[in-house]
Amino acid sequence: MILLEYIVAISALIASGLLVYGLKRMSSPVTAVSGIVTAGWGMLFVTAASFLGIFSVSEAAKPHLVVNVILAILGLVIGGGWAGWKGRSVAMTAMPQMVALFNGMGGGAAAAVSVIALTGPKETGIVPLLVTVAGGLIGSMSLSGSIIAWAKLDGRMNKPIRFGGQRIINAAVFMLTVLLGIMAAFLYHQDGGGIATLLFFIGALLAGICMTVPIGGADMPVVISLYNAFTGLAVGLEGYVMADPALMIAGMVVGSAGTLLTVMMAKGMNRSISNVLFSNFGEASAS
Amino acid sequence: MITAMTFIIALYIFMLAAFTGYEVISRVPSILHTPLMSGSNFVHGIVVVGALTALFNASSVLEQVVGFLGVMMGAGNVVGGYVVTDRMLAMFKPSDKAAPQKGAQK
Repeated sequence: MILLEYIVAISALIASGLLVYGLKRMSSPVTAVSGIVTAGWGMLFVTAASFLGIFSVSEAAKPHLVVNVILAILGLVIGGGWAGWKGRSVAMTAMPQMVALFNGMGGGAAAAVSVIALTGPKETGIVPLLVTVAGGLIGSMSLSGSIIAWAKLDGRMNKPIRFGGQRIINAAVFMLTVLLGIMAAFLYHQDGGGIATLLFFIGALLAGICMTVPIGGADMPVVISLYNAFTGLAVGLEGYVMADPALMIAGMVVGSAGTLLTVMMAKGMNRSISNVLFSNFGEASAS
Repeated sequence: MITAMTFIIALYIFMLAAFTGYEVISRVPSILHTPLMSGSNFVHGIVVVGALTALFNASSVLEQVVGFLGVMMGAGNVVGGYVVTDRMLAMFKPSDKAAPQKGAQK
């Protein structure tokens, strides 16, 4: 069993190296095409190696293992198949909204890991629980925000929704969600933690929607890039919770690279990020 | 299992990874901004591994349902991110002689 754990850990190490190297190659026009292939091999490798984890599951999960493995394969085939077909078939001009959609799915996956960590029976301390909450908050906001961004770019939501005092309401929703998250972490071992957790995730999804609806369609590429960085950060935080360094490294590299990319994209439009995100707030009351 | 020391080591990993991400991106030309956003979108698809591990260890119906959704969305992130990035970068193929002329006409 120890040998198996080493094989999984070393595979994850090689894979995270390949992912970062692939990203590096993608940042130059000459090597960009081979960069995505390098990163692709890394991803295939680490996903295949993670299936070795079925030999070292916890005692409580052993009776459910067969069902779990079938569900995992089904999930991979359905999710991957749909995304592959969609990504191949959409028009080249529709690419930005596809990036938003796939990014939102990544945020949703990070949020799902967070839900399992917060509802599971495992014994954990308060620090990992708070990190779980932080990752869940960022991942959920990235999920709902990216879906709104996708809807705007896809022409399903044409007008930005703005009203007076929006900035204050958004801030209130966000603060309340953070408070619920802290409550969920501290009530983890007590009754009532489940309700706080449920309300926390609803609030986090709502916060992502509130943050994105007032932003106009032209600014969406910058917003998608920001949510891309958000998802990376959420993945990194959940990687800590799962004690998986590959997730921590890949997530955090994307978190910082995505943030820098967002700043550069905003600069390209002669705007600052806060200008893109907040300048339209409360405009309805002025006009 | 997760002690104070592992938390500190995690902070070190986060710090070094953040610098790595910054260095990887810092000198990228602006034409590559969108493909690179899509490429980094693919890289954080590694969350599918976390979702798989969580699903394998699921012991209740709630965990199985949420884990299944997580794996499905994570797989969508990975495959979709790869396909979209591959299609975007196909426009940068250096070996094709017709490609630079097309770019110049734009």
